[in-house]
Amino acid sequence: MITRRTLFAAVSAAALVASAGVASAQDKLYIPLISKGFQHQFWQAVKAGADKAGAEFGVDVTFEGPDTEAQVDKQMDMLAAALAKKPAAIGFAALDSQAAIPLLKQAQEAGIPVIAFDSGVDSDIPVATAATDNVAAAALAADKMAELIGGAGKVALVVHDQTSRTGIDRRDGFVNEVAAKYPNIEIVDIQYGAGDQLQSTEITKAILTAHPDIKGIFGANEGSAIGVLNAIKETGTKGVIVIGYDSGAVQKAAIMDGSMAGAITQNPVGIGYETVKAAVAAAKGEAVEKNIDTGFYWYDKTNIDSPEIAAVLYD
Amino acid sequence: MTSTPAVTATPAKDRKASGAQQKLLAFASLIVLLVFFSLASPNFLQTANIIAILQATSVNGVLAIAATLVIITGGIDLSVGTLMTFCAVISGVVLTFLGMPLPFGILGAIAAGTACGLISGTLIAKMKIPPFIATLGMMLILKGLSLVISGTKPIYFNDTPSYPEISTGSLIGTIIPALPIPNGVLILFILALVIGYVLNRTVLGRYCFALGSNEEAVRLSGVNTDGWKMAIYALAGGICGLAGLIISSRLNSAQPALGLGYELDAIAAVVIGGTSLAGGRGSVLGTIIGALIMSVLLNGLRIMSVAQEWQTVVTGLIIIAAVYADMMRRRRMG
Repeated sequence: MITRRTLFAAVSAAALVASAGVASAQDKLYIPLISKGFQHQFWQAVKAGADKAGAEFGVDVTFEGPDTEAQVDKQMDMLAAALAKKPAAIGFAALDSQAAIPLLKQAQEAGIPVIAFDSGVDSDIPVATAATDNVAAAALAADKMAELIGGAGKVALVVHDQTSRTGIDRRDGFVNEVAAKYPNIEIVDIQYGAGDQLQSTEITKAILTAHPDIKGIFGANEGSAIGVLNAIKETGTKGVIVIGYDSGAVQKAAIMDGSMAGAITQNPVGIGYETVKAAVAAAKGEAVEKNIDTGFYWYDKTNIDSPEIAAVLYD
Repeated sequence: MTSTPAVTATPAKDRKASGAQQKLLAFASLIVLLVFFSLASPNFLQTANIIAILQATSVNGVLAIAATLVIITGGIDLSVGTLMTFCAVISGVVLTFLGMPLPFGILGAIAAGTACGLISGTLIAKMKIPPFIATLGMMLILKGLSLVISGTKPIYFNDTPSYPEISTGSLIGTIIPALPIPNGVLILFILALVIGYVLNRTVLGRYCFALGSNEEAVRLSGVNTDGWKMAIYALAGGICGLAGLIISSRLNSAQPALGLGYELDAIAAVVIGGTSLAGGRGSVLGTIIGALIMSVLLNGLRIMSVAQEWQTVVTGLIIIAAVYADMMRRRRMG
């Protein structure tokens, strides 16, 4: 009895919701973005950029990503649900490009253009990729490091992981720049902390213990950089140059109080914005640029408040 | 020893009656969700989307069946997610690193799962470590070992071109082209039938319920409870091996960092399906419905473009509501 009554009530409620909700959304272009993450401030900034472009171009934008960057299968479920909605175009940042190929082929066959963003997709299916040139950005970090430590001494890297595109590119960008330009700088250690603040803290403490004469440490993403700062604070180490990546309240405060020399910032808002912009163009059959460089900047105490930098930093 | 009523007539009848009602309740909720989302979006009730939902259920469903067995005995298995990953990695080692043919990979994954389940069972039954702690330890050990063995990198199955067929191919689709149900889903349903039979019609199943109802009484009546418990954990482990095959075949890679958190999804499906965490009560059918409710809910909310933060809130509410409804019904029944 209960079940029949509940069923009836639910059906009428559903009918109400359906008639109210769907009609208005029907005529707008729909563009889902399937991201690599959701909770981090970085992804929220990408989402903000996507929403901004959505409002500007009059399209419906949704933004989803798995809880951790390990959950490849959950990302596939999200992509499958997005495809079921028959979108005009899709924005996608692959956790594992190979695993996504069957679904991306499905999109291609259905004539849904795919725009890759952030770390992109290793495939020729995406019509465009909106991303930071991480190799060049990390090379800039290496140049700044060399400048700040006087071109000689020991440095170390704390990187988020050795499997993702961004992890590999930032590590190699930094290491190759040092190898090519600064023969007197020695990279004594490269450690991986999964972008986890606590893990990165412990790793950095170990590096500081092993190399008391270290001159500088590069944290390759927000979590890694915060870990480096924590370790320096906890051990009371002085005189080590810290260079970070991305922004967030902690890094911004550290740059203001001098415990961090500076950091590379990507343009996450721009990544979201350019992805949606390219998706709209592709959906309308217009030509889009294959590689959209969304840019990166060096920021420190001197330019953190300048309008150009402040616009791309997030808390 | 094939059917229950003769030996323990009253409790068995109660168990079956309450089980049937809970399944009805869960099934009704599933139907309500399906009707609701179908009305809310024209894109929901499409073959491709229904298949996407089933595919999203396959891994969690298989893990939830493993969890159901253990939970009915009054235990818990927190290692199902990382054990799944470990088995996927073993399959990768056998097929990609050692270059052996496909059947060895399948065998390797299931054998690894069974062995790990047996270890958990031994820790719990012989060394008397509480299931929560023993499987928590196994969860971390297996997570670490997966990373060590794989060298922290995904292992791809490019040398075994037929590997993706295990999960994404469609045996049913080749017979009935209009119904391209992926093999992963087929495996889930066959497994459900088999384990449903084991639980209701075999000695192993009977001891599963008996251990959960009153382990001491079972021991005092001369049953080798330790042995049966170890067998049940080993069976659950083997099922996790199957889940490892399904997920790695779907992703065409063994992802070593994946798996943490999947045990909670599995336990949620079990609980929504009316299996009691106190043990002694539960069913595979309920668990399958529970797993379907979770993936229908998530897919439907996505189709309706509900913001992701709210999807999580709704899932939490549903879990609480499902368990509350179950408790109220049982209280009414006295």
